[in-house]
Amino acid sequence: MQPTVSFFSGFNINDLWFLGEAALRTLWISVLSISIGTVIGVVCGWLLYEGKLAATLTLAPVLDIFRSVPLIIQLVLFYNFAPIVGLNLDPFASGVVILSIYTAALVANVARGGIEAVGDPMRRAARSLGMTYWQDLRYVVFPIGGRAVFPAWVGVALGVMKDSALVSVLGYVELLKASQILITRTQEPFLILTIAGAFYFALSYPISRYSASLEKRWAQ
Amino acid sequence: MIEIRDLHKYFGSLHVLKGIDLDVQKGEVLSVIGASGSGKSTLLYCINGLEPIQQGSVRVDGIDVHAKGTDINKLRTKLGMVFQQWNSFPHLTALENVALAPKIVKGKSRDEARDIAAKQLTHVGLGEKLNVFPSSLSGGQQQRLAIARALAMEPEYMLFDEATSALDPELVGEVLDTMRLLAEEGMTMICVTHEMGFARDVSDRVAFFHQGVMEEIGPPAQIFSEAQSEHTRKFLANVR
Ligand SMILES: Nc1ncnc2c1ncn2[C@@H]1O[C@H](COP(=O)(O)OP(=O)(O)O)[C@@H](O)[C@H]1O
Ligand SMILES: [Mg+2]
Repeated sequence: MQPTVSFFSGFNINDLWFLGEAALRTLWISVLSISIGTVIGVVCGWLLYEGKLAATLTLAPVLDIFRSVPLIIQLVLFYNFAPIVGLNLDPFASGVVILSIYTAALVANVARGGIEAVGDPMRRAARSLGMTYWQDLRYVVFPIGGRAVFPAWVGVALGVMKDSALVSVLGYVELLKASQILITRTQEPFLILTIAGAFYFALSYPISRYSASLEKRWAQ
Repeated sequence: MIEIRDLHKYFGSLHVLKGIDLDVQKGEVLSVIGASGSGKSTLLYCINGLEPIQQGSVRVDGIDVHAKGTDINKLRTKLGMVFQQWNSFPHLTALENVALAPKIVKGKSRDEARDIAAKQLTHVGLGEKLNVFPSSLSGGQQQRLAIARALAMEPEYMLFDEATSALDPELVGEVLDTMRLLAEEGMTMICVTHEMGFARDVSDRVAFFHQGVMEEIGPPAQIFSEAQSEHTRKFLANVR
C-alpha cells in the first residue's frame, strides 16, 4: 500500500486498529490519573475534614481553583509554562499531572463527604472498643464512608475519563486526537466520531455495570 | 474499681460536670438517672476517655484515665460501652462486627476472634444470626449485637448510655433482659437509664444527677422511696 494512495482514502480496517490503540491510550491515561488523583484526593479530603486551620485556609482555595478553571485551560497553561520552571514534560506526562490534580480536587470533596457520612457516634463506638485513630479510619470510616460515596466517585472517574479527551490539545494521540487525524484524512466525520463514541461507551459501560452490581451487593 | 475524684468537665464555657466524686466497686451495678442534659452521658465519656476532663481524676483499677502516659486504647478494652444508638458496622455481618475488635485491637487470630464472636452472640441470644447483616436485624437485636461486640473484648466494666432509649417500646424488654443477665453474672456496670423499673430491681445503687451535680446516691429503696433531695423527688414524680 502506497502512502500517497492512502492519504485521502476511505476508512479501512487498519484505522479501526488505530482507533483501538488510541482507546487503550485513553484508558491508560485515565486509569493512571484517576488512581493517582484518588489517592491524593482522599488525603486532601481527610485534611479538609480534620479541618486544621492551615488545611482549610490553603488547601480549600487551591482545590477550588482546580475544580473551577476549565480543564483545557489548565492543560494548555501547564504544558506551556512548566518548561519555564524547568519541568520538561511530554504531553502524556503533562496530561497525567493535570488530570490527577483535577481528579484530586473533585475526589477531595467526595472523600470529605464520605468521612462525614460515617458520623461521630459510629466513630466513638469504634474508639470505645479500643481501636486507635488509624484503625478507626481504616476499618470503620474507610469501608463505610467509601461505600456511601462510591457512586459519586464513579461519577468523577467516568467524567475524568471523558475529559481526558482534552489532552488531545497537547498532541497526545488518545481516542479523540486519533479520530481527528482520521477525519482529516478520510473526510468521514460521522462514521469516525460514531466509532470513537462507541469506544468511549465500551470503556465506560463495564465500569458503570460493575459499580452498579457492587452497590447492589452492598445494599443488602 | 472505678474512682472518680472532683471531676470537672467543661464544653467551652459550659460547666457540664461540677465536681463529681464517685467510687464504683467491682461487681457493683450502678444506675445513673437524671433529666436530659444533666451530664450523665458526659460522665461515661469521661470514664473511658472519649472526652478529656479539665479538673480532677478518673482511675480505673488504679490507672489514671486522663494521664499523659496512659495507653488509653488498652484501657478501653477493659471498659465496654454501649450507646443509645447501636452503631452496628453496616458493612460487616453480625459475626464480623463482633470479631473485628478482638482481631485488630487484641491481635487474636481470625479463628479465635470468630470463636469469641460466636460465643458472645450466642450469649446475648443472637446465635442464629451470626451471618446476618445488621440491616436485617431489629433495633433490639442490633443493640444486643452492640452488647456482644463490647463483651468480646472481655471487659471488666460495662458502661451503658441509655441503651434502650432509641428502641421501639416492644423491643426494650429484650435488651433489658440481656443487661439483667450480665448483672446476674457479676459484671460491673454503670447504666445511664430512664428505665426506673430496671434501676430499682437490678442496681445496687442509684445515682441522681441534676445540672452537672450528683445530687444523691444510695440503694434503690432509699432513692425511690425516701429521697433526701427535692430535685430527686421532683424528677421521680415526673417520670412515673
Ligand atoms: N460535644 C459537646 N459539645 C458541647 N456541649 C455538649 C457536648 N456534649 C454534651 N454537651 C452539653 O453538655 C450537657 C450535658 O450533656 P449530656 O452529658 O449529654 O447530658 P445527658 O446525657 O444527661 O442528657 C448538655 O447541656 C449538652 O448540651
Ligand atoms: Mg445522654
